[in-house]
Formats: sequence, structure tokens, C-alpha cells
Amino acid sequence: MAQVSSVAEGKTSKSVTLRIARFNPEHDNEKKFMEFNLQYERWTTVLEAILDVKKHFDHSVAVRYSCRQATCGSCGMIINGKPRLACFTKISELDSDVVTVEPMNNFPIIRDLAVRFERLFDTHHKVKPYLIRDDSEITSNEKEFLQSPEELENYIQFANCIKCGLCNSACPTMATDSSFIGPQALAQAYRYVADSRDKGKDSRLKIIDDSHGIWRCHFAGSCSQVCPKGVDPAMGIQFLRGYLLGFRS
Amino acid sequence: MVNKMRESIIMKIHYGTALAAVALVAVHILMRLTQGFAESLEYANVIANYQFLPYAGMLEIILILLSIHGFNGLRVILLELKQGPAYEKAVSYGCVAAMIGLIAYGSRTIFMVNMGMV
Repeated sequence: MAQVSSVAEGKTSKSVTLRIARFNPEHDNEKKFMEFNLQYERWTTVLEAILDVKKHFDHSVAVRYSCRQATCGSCGMIINGKPRLACFTKISELDSDVVTVEPMNNFPIIRDLAVRFERLFDTHHKVKPYLIRDDSEITSNEKEFLQSPEELENYIQFANCIKCGLCNSACPTMATDSSFIGPQALAQAYRYVADSRDKGKDSRLKIIDDSHGIWRCHFAGSCSQVCPKGVDPAMGIQFLRGYLLGFRS
Repeated sequence: MVNKMRESIIMKIHYGTALAAVALVAVHILMRLTQGFAESLEYANVIANYQFLPYAGMLEIILILLSIHGFNGLRVILLELKQGPAYEKAVSYGCVAAMIGLIAYGSRTIFMVNMGMV
């Protein structure tokens, strides 16, 4: 166990043990945990603690991050057993003397806390995440596509998705079905199906109406619980099912 | 045909058979209660039920509904356990074959008893 006390120095700082999962698929058969004792302030985030470990003790810890403000969706990981953004999770709010960080479930591990996003991006592209219609706003003589506040309300929460992958990490179906399209892509399918400017509903519904599509969701709801941006993929999935069952048009 | 049918059609059948089966099984259980549960399971009473045509018809419908619903449920579980084109095709056709086999065997029993062959 390494001894560290550098995230914060001061009267208000407390001590925490940070356990970081280490795994290199090229060499290791299983995950190992390295432990570090850190001092932290009540505003210290898990990402800051990991970066402190990298800076002072072990620079080889692999972690992906960028914006540090829950906007880029890069630093998703399992923190004390729950998928969260490391930059958006304060150590103080975990209410624990031990903070364990592991790579996200249901994603292939590159190394340590960094995982591959190919499957998420592939399924995201598969549902055509863009407006489909014959005309365009940018062609001359065309007016912009107007939308009422009520029409915007239908999908706006789903437009907040930052593609962090936490919902896919929490999804129990993703764990067993390697072909499942996943809550992130399904939520984005709903985001465009519900957009009054879009004309591609039928083609999107056809894509998700597959043996590994929308019907494999068990409505566990864990995707909605872990989303850091307040998106409710489980609700979007139920609305999409409504279209396919003929309850919505 | 099994692989080409849209999943939404299959799931509509799945939900529909579940709802219909719940209604008919409720009738089936209520019929047991009309004559006392233990008494209703006596050999002569069971044979008499089978030989009462409307009741035998209801049992046949329950058999078909539960076979369709159950084997589609099994197909879904197996598709979630493992993936791959050959495996998925085998699971889909295997479940349809097992469903047809069960319906055929159950129907044979219902028809034989109904026609007094047992």
C-alpha cells in the first residue's frame, strides 16, 4: 500500500483509501487492486484522486478523462460498485473510508480503468442519430425547421446524452447478450423518433425491431438510475415499444 | 420463416398468448374449485372432464397458448445466453419443432380421451 497525502493539505482534509483495479489483458489473468492512502477535501473528486496517484506514485495507472466537468463522458468507471463519472463523483459524497474504482462492466478493458467504446459507438451509429428528411435547413430558400416548446419537451432530456456508457455498463442484458443494441442507442433512437422535425421513424423502428433489439430489454431500470445527465433510457425504451405495439403513432 | 418474422410480431403473439392463457387457466382453476380440488383430480372425474367437449376444447386451446408462449420464452432466454448465426437459427427452429411436438403429443392425449380410446 502506498502512502500519499497530496490531493489536499489542510485542517479540513480527511483520509481515504483509494483502491484502483489494475489489469492488462496482454499479461494478466485477473484484476489486482493497488491501494493508496490519500488526504481529500470535501470537494475532491474521484478523478482528482486518481490523477494525484498518477502524479505522485504510479504514473502507469491507465485512465481516460478530458473535460473534468461531466460533459465529455470520458471518465466513466465503477466507483464503489456503481457506474459513475469519476469527475462528477466527490469522495465525500460516497460516505466511505474506502473508495474502490474499477473499469466499467460490459466493455472490453484496454488497461486498468480504460475501456473500449467501439460497441457503444457502433450501436449509436446504427440507429441513425441524426435528422432524416428530404429537405434541409441549410439549403437556400428553405426556412429553419420550427418546433414548439411542447414538441421540444418530447425529446430534450434524451438529447442530453454524453455517450459516457454508464447505462450500458449497468444494463444486465448487455452483460449476457453481446449483440444487444443497448440502452444508450435505444434512448438515442427514441430521441430522434420523438423529434417532430424527423421523418425517419419507420427506418429506425425497423432497425431496433430485431431479435437483439428493443425486445431484449428486461426493464430493470438500472440504466436510468446511473445516468449522470438525468436521461431516462428505460422510459424511452418503453415509449419505443409503444410505437411497435401500436399504442403510439 | 421463423427467422424472417419481425420480432415485434413475435412479441405481440407472446403477450397475447400470455393474456389469453391467464384468462383460460383462471377458468380451468375455477372449474376445479366447483367440485372440490381433491375430488376433481380423481380418475373418473378427470376422464369425464376430457369427454365434455367444450372443456376438452378449452384444454386444447390452453395447450396451444402455453406452448407458443413457453417456447418463445425459452427461445428468448437461449438467445440471450449465447449469440451467433448458426446457434440462433438452431435455437429458433429447435423451439418451433419442440412446440409443435408438444402440441401434437398433448392434442393426441386430449383427442384420445375425448373419443373414449382410454
